[in-house]
Amino acid sequence: MEHTETTIKPPAGITINFKELWQFRELFYFFTWRDIKVKYKQTFLGIAWAILQPLAFMLLFTFIFSKTLKLDFSVAIPYPVFVLSGIIVWNLFNASVSHAGESMIQNAAIIKKIYFPRLIIPTSALLVSLFDFFMAFIIFLAITFCYQPIQWTALVYFPAAILLCLLAAFGAGSFLSALNVKYRDFRYAVPFLLQLLFFASQVIYPVNVIKNTQLKYLLALNPVNGALELFRAPLTGLAPDMLLVSISISTTLLLCVAGIIYFRKTESYFADIA
Amino acid sequence: MPPIIEIQKLGKKYSVREVQPYLALRDVVSERIKNIFSKKGNATNDFWALHDLSLTIEKGERVGIIGRNGAGKSTLLKILSRITPPTTGEIKLRGRVASLLEVGTGFHPELTGRENIYLNGSILGLPKKEIDQKLDEIIDFSGVEKFMDTSLKHYSSGMQLRLAFSVAAHLEPEILMIDEVLAVGDMEFQKKCIGKMEEVSKTNGRTILFVSHDLSAISSLTNKCIFLDNGQIRSFGITQDIIGQYASFQKKSITYQQEILRQEPTITKVQLSTSEGNAVHGNGKPLSIVFDVYMPEDDMKNMNLSVQIFNQLGKPATYNWLFDYNQPFCRKKGINTIKIFYPNLKLYKGSYFIRVHLAETKTKQKFQQLDCCYFDVEMLNMTEPDWGWQTDVCQYLEEATWIVNDEV
Repeated sequence: MEHTETTIKPPAGITINFKELWQFRELFYFFTWRDIKVKYKQTFLGIAWAILQPLAFMLLFTFIFSKTLKLDFSVAIPYPVFVLSGIIVWNLFNASVSHAGESMIQNAAIIKKIYFPRLIIPTSALLVSLFDFFMAFIIFLAITFCYQPIQWTALVYFPAAILLCLLAAFGAGSFLSALNVKYRDFRYAVPFLLQLLFFASQVIYPVNVIKNTQLKYLLALNPVNGALELFRAPLTGLAPDMLLVSISISTTLLLCVAGIIYFRKTESYFADIA
Repeated sequence: MPPIIEIQKLGKKYSVREVQPYLALRDVVSERIKNIFSKKGNATNDFWALHDLSLTIEKGERVGIIGRNGAGKSTLLKILSRITPPTTGEIKLRGRVASLLEVGTGFHPELTGRENIYLNGSILGLPKKEIDQKLDEIIDFSGVEKFMDTSLKHYSSGMQLRLAFSVAAHLEPEILMIDEVLAVGDMEFQKKCIGKMEEVSKTNGRTILFVSHDLSAISSLTNKCIFLDNGQIRSFGITQDIIGQYASFQKKSITYQQEILRQEPTITKVQLSTSEGNAVHGNGKPLSIVFDVYMPEDDMKNMNLSVQIFNQLGKPATYNWLFDYNQPFCRKKGINTIKIFYPNLKLYKGSYFIRVHLAETKTKQKFQQLDCCYFDVEMLNMTEPDWGWQTDVCQYLEEATWIVNDEV
């Protein structure tokens, strides 16, 4: 029998115990699996919901902006493709942050009764959103091919964009999930903040409508913009604005560090205050 | 061989703020602002749930933990299961640990029985491979095999418990910690689970830590026992000795008194009046208990006071309750007096104590739960049966008439 020795001490220092996370890897799978299963159980349309919502928004925005208001954003690609790409990336970020943010409270009953590395909980919440993203992503590819080809650079840019988006969501999500346990106020603030962020992201309008360069780079602090810049590069065929992307990467790294530090700092006391 | 559990100078401090369910940002902000003006700093109300506790447990020992409410039993178990960290001290655990602080942790009503076995099992630390291997055995043991593909929400609570216990009984850690969980569910199945756990622990030398109020369960399941009092170990030794000590320690007084520490509803005094002196009560005689309850403000409505009489094994024998909406009480600021009167308490010979609960029904806030007033019941003025008054034949005597032969 393997010999395990555990030492329990008062919390000190903020490190991530990767070895322990690896030991508990099955729990990532089971939490993610549970959430996906529960989410679509007892729904008539099931996983189709992951596809319907972005499609509906694509039609809506296309109808409003290009058909009714006849706004010309002078996007380099067909507007429906533009909007749909924006919406699926935004949804990935939005759903990840809000699910991860709520995740610790939703699992409070488990946290109070059993030990495992708590970081598993917000991370599994991300994986659930990633699953939804891939469902929508398949439809996105299908629709895009009806309008135009996608460049081979997509093999690099798509994963890079998704990774950037997930990392940013992980940072913000773990930070919020810890805050939510301590201060329940944030449950009400988060949807509102995310809504504001939606309009600060180039989901329905392209970055080049912003003529003021300073404002443009200020908006790049929003990691979704960096992710979108990367994601759309293989569609437009234009090279992404690397300065803009770098700014987004910096915020993302900052979010991750802050998120992990705060989460680890409060983690040991979750059971006492949840 | 080093001991399997080694605890050194363990301490756990709660500040009263942490005990509150959660914070609202506005409270923190307003408190900070108040502190700027009053320059008092944070007025903390610290409370040591465990203090300077050292202990070693050898491999294969089955250890019970007893003590009154608030003695620190559950806190100790929570620290050992790493749910909450200690404030001081260090613990070394040499072996795979599983803790059962609840049965069916993580059960989800929307998932099927089979899916929940996997979920619950992996939360409790069973690798998926082991669950795959033991799945048939677990299903078989639970006795609900017909419903394995039904959502858990369609299960009765008894069936859910069976499934949960069944998963728990198949854990094979070197150290198993159990909190009170066995106190629920049907007796028959509980025995089956305890039997299964005992079987494994005796043959494989598994170490068990078991917290319970149920002294009969403690004495049948453990060979050693820890008596915790005020966050410290009062004694540690052979189970039978410790249970005896615990019982005599409790038999202190039929009066309970408590100062007002905080501005919240508090039971300040409980006075039991037995029919005889020396905390002895005659079976069938009238008994009364008087409570003094301190209320911090006027017009607190929705108060609830309930009283249970427990026997020496920690099983409740009677239950009575008083709700404000039935009979207004505790409505004035300061001390309120309430009396409960049992016209003829028919408890059988034995040792008993009172458990009082003070709560508010609207917010469901529990203010206090305390065990106090230890007393004995004797069979006075009653003809003794030929074999004498045996212990544990019943909890109370019901009045009945026998009718024989022709008159039936």
